Amino acid sequence: MKDVIEKLEQKRADARLGGGKRRIDAQHAKGKLTARERLEVLLDSDSFEEYDMFVTHRCQDFGMADNHIPGDGVVTGWGTIHGRLVYVFSQDFTVLGGSLSETHAEKICKIMDMAVANGAPIIGLNDSGGARIQEGVASLGGYAEVFLRNVTASGVVPQISVIMGPCAGGAVYSPAITDFTFMVKDTSYMFVTGPDVVKTVTNETVTQEELGGAETHTKISSIADGAFENDIETLLEMRRLFDFLPLSSQQKPPQISTEDSLDRTEHALDTLVPANANQPYDIKEVILRTADEGDFFEIQKDHAQNIVTGFIRLGGTTVGVVANQPMVLAGCLDINSGRKGARFVRFCDAFNIPILTFVDVPGFLPGTAQEYGGIIKHGAKLLFAYAEATVPKVTVITRKAYGGAYVVMSSKHLRGDVNYAWPSAEIAVMGAKGAVEILHRSEQGDEEKIAQRTQEYEDRFANPFVSAKRGFIDDVIMPHTTRQRVVRSFRMLRNKSLKNPPKKHDNIPL
Amino acid sequence: MFHKILIANRGEIACRVIKTAKRMGIATVSVYSDADANALHVKHADEAVHIGPAPSRDSYLSIEKIITACKQTGADAVHPGYGFLSENAKFADALAKEDIAFIGPPINAIEIMGDKITSKKQANAAGVSTVPGYMGLVETPEQGRDIATEIGYPVMIKASAGGGGKGMRIAWSNAEIEEGIARAKSEAASSFGDDRLFIEKFITNPRHIEIQILADNHDNIIHLGERECSIQRRNQKVIEEAPSPFVDSALRETMGEQAIALARSVDYKSAGTVEFIMDQEHNFYFLEMNTRLQVEHPVTELITGIDLVEQMIKVAAGEALSFRQSDVTFKGWAIESRVYAENPYRNFLPSTGRLLTYNPPHHHQDDKGCIVRNDTGVYEGAEISTYYDPMIAKLCTWAPDRTNAIEKMLDALDEFEVEGIANNIPFLSALINHQAFRDGALTTGFIETHYKGGFEGVAIPSDIKDYLAQTACVLKYIEMQRMNVTGPNENQQQQCLAIKTEDTAFECKVHYEAPHYIVSTKNNTIPLNVIWSLGQRLTQISLNDQKLTLRVNKTTTGYILSYRGSDVSIDVLPPHIMKLMALMPEKQIADTSNLLLCPMPGCVTSVLVKEGDQVEPGQGLAIVEAMKMENMLKAERQAVVKKICIEPNTTLNVDDVIMEFE
Repeated sequence: MKDVIEKLEQKRADARLGGGKRRIDAQHAKGKLTARERLEVLLDSDSFEEYDMFVTHRCQDFGMADNHIPGDGVVTGWGTIHGRLVYVFSQDFTVLGGSLSETHAEKICKIMDMAVANGAPIIGLNDSGGARIQEGVASLGGYAEVFLRNVTASGVVPQISVIMGPCAGGAVYSPAITDFTFMVKDTSYMFVTGPDVVKTVTNETVTQEELGGAETHTKISSIADGAFENDIETLLEMRRLFDFLPLSSQQKPPQISTEDSLDRTEHALDTLVPANANQPYDIKEVILRTADEGDFFEIQKDHAQNIVTGFIRLGGTTVGVVANQPMVLAGCLDINSGRKGARFVRFCDAFNIPILTFVDVPGFLPGTAQEYGGIIKHGAKLLFAYAEATVPKVTVITRKAYGGAYVVMSSKHLRGDVNYAWPSAEIAVMGAKGAVEILHRSEQGDEEKIAQRTQEYEDRFANPFVSAKRGFIDDVIMPHTTRQRVVRSFRMLRNKSLKNPPKKHDNIPL
Repeated sequence: MFHKILIANRGEIACRVIKTAKRMGIATVSVYSDADANALHVKHADEAVHIGPAPSRDSYLSIEKIITACKQTGADAVHPGYGFLSENAKFADALAKEDIAFIGPPINAIEIMGDKITSKKQANAAGVSTVPGYMGLVETPEQGRDIATEIGYPVMIKASAGGGGKGMRIAWSNAEIEEGIARAKSEAASSFGDDRLFIEKFITNPRHIEIQILADNHDNIIHLGERECSIQRRNQKVIEEAPSPFVDSALRETMGEQAIALARSVDYKSAGTVEFIMDQEHNFYFLEMNTRLQVEHPVTELITGIDLVEQMIKVAAGEALSFRQSDVTFKGWAIESRVYAENPYRNFLPSTGRLLTYNPPHHHQDDKGCIVRNDTGVYEGAEISTYYDPMIAKLCTWAPDRTNAIEKMLDALDEFEVEGIANNIPFLSALINHQAFRDGALTTGFIETHYKGGFEGVAIPSDIKDYLAQTACVLKYIEMQRMNVTGPNENQQQQCLAIKTEDTAFECKVHYEAPHYIVSTKNNTIPLNVIWSLGQRLTQISLNDQKLTLRVNKTTTGYILSYRGSDVSIDVLPPHIMKLMALMPEKQIADTSNLLLCPMPGCVTSVLVKEGDQVEPGQGLAIVEAMKMENMLKAERQAVVKKICIEPNTTLNVDDVIMEFE
């Protein structure tokens, strides 16, 4: 018996050493933590329970028969974040470059199956050179198994991918399917084909960083939802994000205590919207002043900045925020903001997170680039997402709400539960200038008359009351009461029960 | 008494006047320009009248518009505040013609004191001490030498047409003056086309000390003691106090008598201020008389208990002063700090924009009797515009003695929260905490002497640094305790934490034992009283008798705590994570100090400089149009343009490089 215990201890020690001290040092020299160190940061201390520590691969080719490292390049198991259950896998770059073998994939699939069965999120820490080439098609099959589980788990439990090293080739499709992908600046990259292949095929010269670094994916491609300075900051931010999320689609978001008063008024909001309708202001100020403790976890901060998405808490519980940002492109909707907003709204709806929408939208971005790019379909995504969402939806129109974009932004017509407007709101088919050009085409050229007509139109429509008369908005509220009013609304909507007709699944315009 | 007073001013002084008028039961009218439609003085007044566009000359300086506003609202008196029309004799005259009372001195007094030469002559005639000098022009070097010998060296040779420091030359000896006159003459001729010169005694290391006077229509003229306003930056007062640490009661009486004599000689009524400069031997010389309420009047109010605005209103309404000189007593010590919207770290570059956070200390009297008073014209969410004076508040403290007034001021500045625009609060803290200031060793060159290369913040004493690190542990503990409600796993009454700052690293245990948080390290156990709840930007900590107010900024790995204008970055993490922090790479922060970066996404419509140009601080460099608004990007310091990186009409993102400097 004693022998066995000693043997066990020895085996554990071997497994914990992964690819050995030399490789661990190399990992550290790159400014990266090892797979296990990362889990220590991500999870509550002493909460991690590891499975499949002794798994090894079954490959016999290319000298692999003698190259067995227990764990086979991935650490899997479960632990807690602030006491709440989470399943994790962490690829170990020190073991055969973190390459994915059949058994490596099996380990990941095992905990994914457990996560779905037991209703808790999955966080994957990716740091892998790609498929284990020695295994050939067996490795590819492993990827496929993981992808399939990512897909079936989608909408069942939250899935988060953290890219903490290379993630190339087929490997990128697991993060692509998960709910959120985050990257570590300077030490992680993702691409389908690397710079060498790019050079061969298209003759483009591009660095790894330019092709698939954190900056590329957070700003341009929107593949990543955010990036942080180093491994530790990234993992600590994942803990922060996790605290906002429910464990599964069967649960409500967590409720925490807060000393932030639900009645807090913010008089500075009364002067936020400038008198000049063309002057921008920062919508994030409204979000920060509304949120509990000013705490806002922003999703896709650097991409499509004309729409702002992220999580806040109201009265201690999570709310997803979507807001047009007048500071960027006047807050208009375009292809990128449509996609960004839609994906966020659908995540919230899938996981019972109520949605708060701040509207200041002058319309859709015009131009050939947008039309050729399919703004019709991409804009429709956001419309679709809002319309199908059954979670509580509260909307506040701060200024412009023009045309089709008004309808899209969680309007009453798309089953908005409570729709408020600030006194500065203007809900109309379009801005006064454009409207007058159409309505009074014959008077074009007579500047005096046009000015008068514009004034008439503004007097008639540049206010929230026309819509209020029709019940399209439920009340006109003073900006300083925004927090009070939305908190009360969400409390009132706590037991909202709305279901869409049964269907196999919808057909959102992808 | 008046029924309704119109305040022909804006900002804090308009609010200040409204306050007293309201207390006296008098209705108030504010006037406002386009830029001030949402200003505090508009909200506080019973009525408000729009008087035109933002530029002062079309609004606050328009006599016609102010008079129209008076007629429109039926105001029977006007308080002009300071600045704008307050010393404009034409304005006083125009009001008199309309039979509207001017809450200020008679027109004649304004006129005489409004002119540098006539006021000096008037002072001389009234027996007021003036700077020794030759009233006439100096023709030859020999004549200059004789005059200088008579009044004593050093002397200043001034060009008659000069001003603002130009055309001035100091001479310390006969040789210097002879040479100096020749050179000053030719310089003056070439600079101003006017070679007339005169000579005055040059006061070395002068102090600025002024006497507040108050006069009614019944022959009563009294003085309310002195204020010292030596702390100035480019002739702009920054800190004022009353009394002066340099003036004793005998000197005060002498100065007061002279100020009264001057006021009497021009038949002065209302409140006024006679400004003197004083040399290090306590010789004082008349500088000028301000025929209005001064910015720094609150310090006098705090030590005398007299409301100057109330007295001005009463005098204007014909009432006699209800007290005599012998009734005026001076009690305690008052200090005023002017809070400006300017960046002390960047050569005091004015800052404009939306005031995101504005949370000044409350007006109060503490258990030791010390008073905090804040005169302000702004509020959270207000816009600081480029059109007017960048002063956003006057923070005053009063205590029985100077030391306590200083301490109270330092505390009050710590509690003063301003965000969204740059402000000089850290600089004010540093000035007031400066040993030379504490010693009362003031001169008008104080700032130039002690902050020669500009202001770069102050170092935090090491014992305070320790408190900050311990406080960070407690803040982290409070955060961890809150998150624990979601699960039992970390629900421990005691937390082990590791701390790392630039110059220290230690581990400690934190737990709570009402009312203290106990932070125990290897060497000691510190009970800290910390008042903070999550999301708050200020925390108050006390250890034994010492109370500190700190600003809190959360970071991913800890906090940035600020105290008296200095920031300390502190990492607080569980020890096992802190150990791993050592493995994290140090990231090079890109040096952008030599670059002009685009501050917002927008289109650069024009570049105003060329490669090789020398630019001065505040000079326009480029215009970025964003959201149909033109934003002028200005130079922050002197530099030479090395390279322009973009073509005009390029659309840029935030932080794109517009130009490089050498």
